[in-house]
Amino acid sequence: MKQCSREREHIVRLTLNGAARSAACEPRMLLSDFLREGLGATGTHVGCEHGVCGACTVQIDGVAGRSCLTLALQVDGRRVDTVEGLCDGDGPMSDLQEAFKRHHALQCGFCTAGILMSCDDYLKRVPDPSEAQVRDMLSGHLCRCTGYTPIVAAVLETASLRRQAATTPHPGD
Amino acid sequence: MKPAAFDYVRAETADEAVQQLKALGPEARILAGGQSLMAMLNMRLAQPSVLIDISRSDDLNFVRSEGSMLAVGAAATQASVEWRPTLAQEVPLLAQAFPFISHFQVRNRGTVCGSVAHADPSAEIPLVLLALGGEVVLRNAKKRRILPASEFFQGMLMTARAPDELVEQVRFPLVQPGQRSAFTEFSARHGDFAIVSAAAVVDARGLCLAIGGVSDRPRLAQWPAGLRGAELATALNDFAWELEAQDDAHASATFRRHLVRQLGAQVIAQVTETSR
Repeated sequence: MKQCSREREHIVRLTLNGAARSAACEPRMLLSDFLREGLGATGTHVGCEHGVCGACTVQIDGVAGRSCLTLALQVDGRRVDTVEGLCDGDGPMSDLQEAFKRHHALQCGFCTAGILMSCDDYLKRVPDPSEAQVRDMLSGHLCRCTGYTPIVAAVLETASLRRQAATTPHPGD
Repeated sequence: MKPAAFDYVRAETADEAVQQLKALGPEARILAGGQSLMAMLNMRLAQPSVLIDISRSDDLNFVRSEGSMLAVGAAATQASVEWRPTLAQEVPLLAQAFPFISHFQVRNRGTVCGSVAHADPSAEIPLVLLALGGEVVLRNAKKRRILPASEFFQGMLMTARAPDELVEQVRFPLVQPGQRSAFTEFSARHGDFAIVSAAAVVDARGLCLAIGGVSDRPRLAQWPAGLRGAELATALNDFAWELEAQDDAHASATFRRHLVRQLGAQVIAQVTETSR
């Protein structure tokens, strides 16, 4: 059993995008604020802070969830993945990110980090989604710029390209 | 939009959780998936002095078929039930309701027992539990007791749970031969709270219609399985008025009664027409 008093800060250790990280926080600190303020990982955005808008969505042990509805203390010892982990710093973007760029699936980009983390989890579980399934999954995110159509197109194209890549034999095989 | 300060206790087992509930008293709240509680903390609608986190209590993280019931432990997420390959064969009404419950990202962390313990009158899982005649297993430091859903839900966010009790598991009756069920709801946007939700079950008990979002708790009507036509319309209308709908920012009482009649007729048609 772990007991943490409100009177002081407590060390939280986690694996953030593959790297061991730690910082101290009060029990009431939300994971969203801990990532941004405690660890300087500002890729995760904070919108409504009550689980509706989806901007703060990250993956906890590989599963997409709201970081504003999670306490930093709850991820102690766990793996957290954020948009910063989708590609290597200055390296090429992931296929999903490239598809978002091709389809103009973002304008202001505020919602994008959360949407990418949802889509990344969802496409691993449902590699061949219908448009209706993609729209259902995206209903957990608010985007006020794009009207969603280009986002849906980017997700469907990523799924399609991944399936093609999985079935095309590698040269020399 | 930040929670007021609280102490935090992580219970590794159900035993630790109920011991802490006993020691800390009514100021403590159980935190499982947090998909309702954390939002209430952020908005300071709830300001408990201490949170007892059961999300890592492994002995509460189970979904299993036991006898004639599907038992779901307090730490089991909604996703762990929703993605269970056999769910549609075990508790089809629950499988029918899941797509209406909030969003993929929320079901990933939200728990089945948490939704039951929270007892929002428009929540889908309490409605399904009531419609099927399911049970809630409550446990304190000394003993367990089992309540039928009809006795557990007592009002808006009010249940029969005593302050020292944990909702340890909920049990959904497995589908019986010949049982049919249907679920639907109306909400402003997909995944929002239901303005009215409706579940129909026809089985040995007769025809059951459960309605959420209207009264201060999910409510159940039971009629003979053969109820049809004008008699059914009258029964639906009487039930719609019995629920004592209120006007609020989301819908008028008149619109809610309309939805009870319409959605009720729709789910009843689904469970009666195709079976004959």
